[in-house]
Amino acid sequence: MSFDIRNPIGLLFTITGVLLTGEGLWSGVSRAPGSAGLQVNIWCGIIMIIFGSVVLLVARLRNQHKT
Amino acid sequence: MNLAPVDWLIMLTYFVFVIAVGVALKRQMQSSSAYLQSNRSIPAWIAGLAFVSANLGAQEVIGMAASGAKYGMATSHFYWIGAIPAMVFLAVFMMPFYYGSRARSVPEYLKLRFDEKTRAFNAVSFAVMTVFSSGISMYAMGLLLNLLLGWDISAAMWLCAAIVLAYILLGGLTSAIYNEVLQFFLIVFGFAPLVYLGLRDIGGWSGLQLALEKVALAQGYQAGAWSNTWQYMGSTAQNPMGVEWFGLAMGLGFVLSFGYWCTDFLIVQRAMAANSMSAARRAPLIAAFPKMLFPFLVILPGMIAVALTQTAGHHGFALPAKPDGSLNYDLTVPMMLKYYFPQGMLGVGLTALMASFMSGMAGNLTAFNTVWTYDIYQAYVRRDASDKHLLWVGRMATLVGVLLAMAAAYLARSFNNIMDVLQLVFAFINAPLLATFLLGMFWKRTTGHGAFSGLVAGTVAAAVHHGMTLPIHAAVGVKGGWLASTHLYSSEMAQNFWTAIYSFSACFACTVLVSLATRAPDERQLSGLVYSLTPRLRDSSVWYLRPGTLGVIILLATAVFNIVFW
Repeated sequence: MSFDIRNPIGLLFTITGVLLTGEGLWSGVSRAPGSAGLQVNIWCGIIMIIFGSVVLLVARLRNQHKT
Repeated sequence: MNLAPVDWLIMLTYFVFVIAVGVALKRQMQSSSAYLQSNRSIPAWIAGLAFVSANLGAQEVIGMAASGAKYGMATSHFYWIGAIPAMVFLAVFMMPFYYGSRARSVPEYLKLRFDEKTRAFNAVSFAVMTVFSSGISMYAMGLLLNLLLGWDISAAMWLCAAIVLAYILLGGLTSAIYNEVLQFFLIVFGFAPLVYLGLRDIGGWSGLQLALEKVALAQGYQAGAWSNTWQYMGSTAQNPMGVEWFGLAMGLGFVLSFGYWCTDFLIVQRAMAANSMSAARRAPLIAAFPKMLFPFLVILPGMIAVALTQTAGHHGFALPAKPDGSLNYDLTVPMMLKYYFPQGMLGVGLTALMASFMSGMAGNLTAFNTVWTYDIYQAYVRRDASDKHLLWVGRMATLVGVLLAMAAAYLARSFNNIMDVLQLVFAFINAPLLATFLLGMFWKRTTGHGAFSGLVAGTVAAAVHHGMTLPIHAAVGVKGGWLASTHLYSSEMAQNFWTAIYSFSACFACTVLVSLATRAPDERQLSGLVYSLTPRLRDSSVWYLRPGTLGVIILLATAVFNIVFW
C-alpha cells in the first residue's frame, strides 16, 4: 500500500474539529432546543482535534519506524 | 432544517476527502486483482473496521433507531445474538476456507467446492440483489434529503451516485474499504454526542428506564418490556416484537444471522481482501468489538426518542406522527439531529448519515463488479480474457452497476409494490444458503447436485411457508397467505424467523439426501475446501491475538451484556 489511511482520517477530523471549534467560538452556545446553552460545537470540535492529531501522530511514528 | 455555511463546509470537506482517497489510489489500480480484491493487501484493523462499516449502512442506522423506539432494548438481539456469534464463527471456522482456497469471491468458493451450476445460481441472484438493494437505498436517501433539506429527490440521488461512482471507478475495492473506515469514525463522532445529549435530557439511564416503563404500560405490556432483552421473550404476547425465545434464537440467532454474516459476499469480501490468513481471520473479530457496543450508538437514540415522546408535554422532543396517528419511527434519527445539534454538529450528523448511505451503495457496487467480472463474465462470457481486459470489465461493471441501481431507484419510486415483492424473492433465495455452506465446509460427502437441489428446495420451502402463513392483522398478499392461510403469526418478525428456520431445514435435508444418492466427490480435489480434508491451521501470533482466544473473549463479553440487560 502506497499511502497510510491514517493520514486522511487524522486530517479530516482535525479540519472538521477546527471548523466546529471556530463555529462555536463565533456563534457562542448552542441554540438548538435540546442543547440550548451548551457549548456543543466547541466540545465536539476539541475532541475531534485531539483524535485527529493523535491519529496523525501515530501515522507519522509508524512511517518513521518503517523507513 | 436550516443549514449554516459551516455545515456545508463540513459536508464539502468530507466529499473532497472521499474523492481524494480515490485519486490517491488510482495509480495502483493496474490489475483486476488490485481493483477487485485490493491485491489481498489490507491490514487486519482496516479490513475489520471496513467489515463492520459495510454493514452500517443508513438502513441499519435509521432502521435500528426505529426498532429501538418500537421494541426497546430487545432490538439489541440483532447485535448480541444476531451478529456477534456469527462473526466469531466466520473468523474461527470459515475464513480459513474462504481465504485459504484463494477463491476471489463467495460464488467462486461454491464453484471450487461444488460445481458450476451452484456458483451460477448464487452469482446471478447475488448480482441482481446488490443492484436492487443499492437502488432501494439510494431512493431512501433521496427521500430523506428531500424531507430534511428540501433537495430534489432525483438531484440528491444523482449527486451521491456520482460521488460513489467516482471514488470506486478510481480506486476500486481499496477505495471503498478506506472510505468505509472514514465513515466508521464519522458515524461514531456524529452519533455519540447525540446519545449523550439525549440521555442528559431524559435524566440519565435511570430516567430513561422510568420513562420506558410508561411507554410499555401505555401500550399494554409489562413495565420492563422496553428495557430488557430476554425477560419477556417467554411468549409472543409479552413483548412488542411478537416473538418467542426459540424462534428468536434459531431463526435470528442461527439461520438469519449466520446466513448473512458468513455467506454474504458484500461483508465477507472485506475480510477476503486482508493481507494474510491471520489478518483475514482477525478482521471479523476486530469488527465484533465495535459491533458489540453499537446498540448504545444506534438503538439507544430510538429508545430515548420514544421515551421523550411519552413524557413530553407541549415542549420537549417528540416524534412526529404519521397521518394515521401512529408515530413515524423512521424519522427518529433525523428529528433528533435537528433537535439536539446546533449548526456545525448538524453538518457532521448529516454528513455521517449521507456517508452511510453512500458506503452502503459502495459496498454493493464493489461486490457486484467482482461477482460480475469473475463469476459471470470470466466464467461464462470470455474464459480466456486477459487480465487487462478483466480490469476494464470491472470498471465498466462499476459504471453499469451504478446506472442499473439508479434505474432500480426510479423503479422503487414509481412502483413500491414491485420492490416489496422483489425483496421477498431475495429473502427466499438467501434463506437456505447457510445450510449449503455449512454442509459444504464441514461434511466432505456433500455433492454439487446435493448443494444445488438443496438450494432450490430451501427457496421453495421459504416461498411455500410464506405463502401459507400470515402475520396477525396483515392483508393477504405480499405479507403472506397467498397460497392458503394455515397459521397466523403474532408478528411479521416471527413469520420471518420461522420462514428462515423452515427454509434452512428443507435445504439441509434435501442436500444430505441428494448427496447420499449421488456419487461422492473426489476427496483429492477438496483439500483446503472442507474441514476434515484441510490441515489444521497454526496461527503463529502470540496466544492472546489468536482467533480462538479473541473469539472466546468476544463471546464472553457478549454474554455479559445479555445478562446485564436480561
